[in-house]
Amino acid sequence: MQDTKQSLDHLEQPAVRSLWRMAWMKLKKNKMAIAGMWILIVLHLFSIFANFLVPYGETTSDRRRTYHPPTKVHFFTPEGKLTRPYIYNYRRVDAVRNRYEPDTSKAYPIQFFVRGEKYSVLGLFETDLHLFGVDSGAKIFLLGADRYGRDIFSRLAFGGRRSLFIGIIGLTISLSIGLVYGGVAGYFGGTVDNVMMRISEVIISIPSFYLLLALSAVLPIGMPSDLRFLMITVILAFIGWAGLARVIRGMVLSIRQSEFVTAAQAIGCSQFRIIVRHILPNTMSYVIVNATLSIPSFILSESGLSFIGVGIQHPLASWGNMLSEALNLSSLTRYPWLLVPGFMIFITVLCYSFFGDGLRDALDPRTRV
Amino acid sequence: MFRYIVRRFFYMIPMLLGISSLSFLIMQLAPGDFLTAMQMNPDISAEVLEAMRARFWLDKPAYMQYLKWLSQLLRFDMGHSFLWHAPVSWVIGQRIPNTLLLSGISTVIAWLIALPIGIHSAVKQYSWSDRVLTFFTFVGVSIPNWFLGLLLLYVVTNMGWGLPIGGMTSVGFESFTTAQKVADVAKHMAIPVLVLSTGIMASLMRYMRSNVLEVLRQDFITTARAKGLKERVVIYKHAVRNAVNPLITLFGFQLGSILSGAALTEIVMNWPGIGSLMLTAVRGLDYYLVMGNLVIGGVMLIVGNLVADVLLAVSDPRIRFE
Repeated sequence: MQDTKQSLDHLEQPAVRSLWRMAWMKLKKNKMAIAGMWILIVLHLFSIFANFLVPYGETTSDRRRTYHPPTKVHFFTPEGKLTRPYIYNYRRVDAVRNRYEPDTSKAYPIQFFVRGEKYSVLGLFETDLHLFGVDSGAKIFLLGADRYGRDIFSRLAFGGRRSLFIGIIGLTISLSIGLVYGGVAGYFGGTVDNVMMRISEVIISIPSFYLLLALSAVLPIGMPSDLRFLMITVILAFIGWAGLARVIRGMVLSIRQSEFVTAAQAIGCSQFRIIVRHILPNTMSYVIVNATLSIPSFILSESGLSFIGVGIQHPLASWGNMLSEALNLSSLTRYPWLLVPGFMIFITVLCYSFFGDGLRDALDPRTRV
Repeated sequence: MFRYIVRRFFYMIPMLLGISSLSFLIMQLAPGDFLTAMQMNPDISAEVLEAMRARFWLDKPAYMQYLKWLSQLLRFDMGHSFLWHAPVSWVIGQRIPNTLLLSGISTVIAWLIALPIGIHSAVKQYSWSDRVLTFFTFVGVSIPNWFLGLLLLYVVTNMGWGLPIGGMTSVGFESFTTAQKVADVAKHMAIPVLVLSTGIMASLMRYMRSNVLEVLRQDFITTARAKGLKERVVIYKHAVRNAVNPLITLFGFQLGSILSGAALTEIVMNWPGIGSLMLTAVRGLDYYLVMGNLVIGGVMLIVGNLVADVLLAVSDPRIRFE
């Protein structure tokens, strides 16, 4: 008896798996998607905990170290013995062409959990603890410095706060609009649908980059850069919702024919409740995939805009505006480390597409575990 | 068929109205009005300003201004660009051939390369060449065009290949012979064309590969093989012809964005096209020029869509015109 029950349990197990569990099992098998997911998690954490993880502040500049090359980290003593990592201080030997040479007379070991610049944690308390740094007298620029002698490695972390999170915030806004708009249009159909869809098509029919450019001209020039960042996010969301709304509307059109919607209508649910509680949740798996795959377009739009100088403005860092210095050809050829933020954008977008593709396959009911 | 096209034409009218009013609305939101920038320019006399104000009804309420601008638009008069001191239609007209040349050639190259490669990738699924190509498409889709442009600029200047690194023509272009002119422009085009076509190619290959794979799984392919047809015939006559249909929509979109799609590349490479014009216009708050660009960009996308739908209807007999 016991045996039969056990074997029955064994048989029933697959049926108990929820859609999400199945999807997760399928996703776990896709190595590229999982790798992408982990890299993205690391990048986001790197930005969130930027204050602690990087040695310098976002706007800390050192005019005597303009275009400082990447500091070389040494692991071996000059005699060839393995030692704790250390660096040399760099001296500027040519102030016009920004040439630097390491000063090998004194080694500066890299210290961990050092005191550095003050920063506040969530506005609650102030601290000056940094993961690593070197004694004053030398500076560590892992990825070099820019025109104002600001550490590119540190600015990458802070820039990620805009470049990475603009995708997530922008998407959240445009998705909320898209869901409600597409839901209403699809549920009511007829004239309402017709008018609503024509309006969203107008937004789709203007080339999005032109629309972005024109809208960025609307922002006054003297705007504080924090507010400008917010406004750029809103603009991106304003452009992004229309495409999502269209697809959601299409799905809602077919879902509203289902019996459970008729049942909800019969027991007297309000129309708003039917749309929000019964219809929209059924579009979820599609929406999640689409959301993941459309985050890169937000990131690319922001970085493109900031790159040409109409997006996020100095002194705030974004991966796009960090690259705008490279638009100057002589800086580009002499200080190639200015290109690093571009690789960050590239890696982020690549990871999102791997992860998104993996999600799509995982949530596709036609594929099996 | 004819009636379908005519109906689609009428369907464009509300869209065009929407595009023009959205463009106008955005510029209304912008700080200052059409004449603010002009008033600060000492080159422009008070009489000219007065004439402009009268011509564009700038002292009337906003909706009147819009109607005035719209009526001018219908006569292909898009207003006056104060940055260029010339009619907007003339300024845009000057730049259109440059952009068409750049995007046109890039698009043609991309399609010519991407289609065969996409087919190959699908037919030889999971072979090493497919893996390499798939990886390339991921890279090509993920790298921002303008960043690829910067990378290429860096490589070209450091390698000393002698390729020009921006602009469209060399100094003294006017005195060149025709052959020299062609060669000069071709040299200037090398990097931007490479940048643009890489982007288009990567996404196109991905589409083509998945379309062909989708078709190859279907029953009629098995039937064709069972009939004993040669594999070449199965692929090219049965699979590919069915896999191309979804690409027609993509083609329409690319046709529509032929003027606006190259904007960032043009800006990085200093190419005198519509995209870089748009940036100059936005930066200089040249209102009529910005609105003109928005409208033209929108019209192109709608027309591209229309062309795609008509082509799709022609190529796929399953689509009816009702």
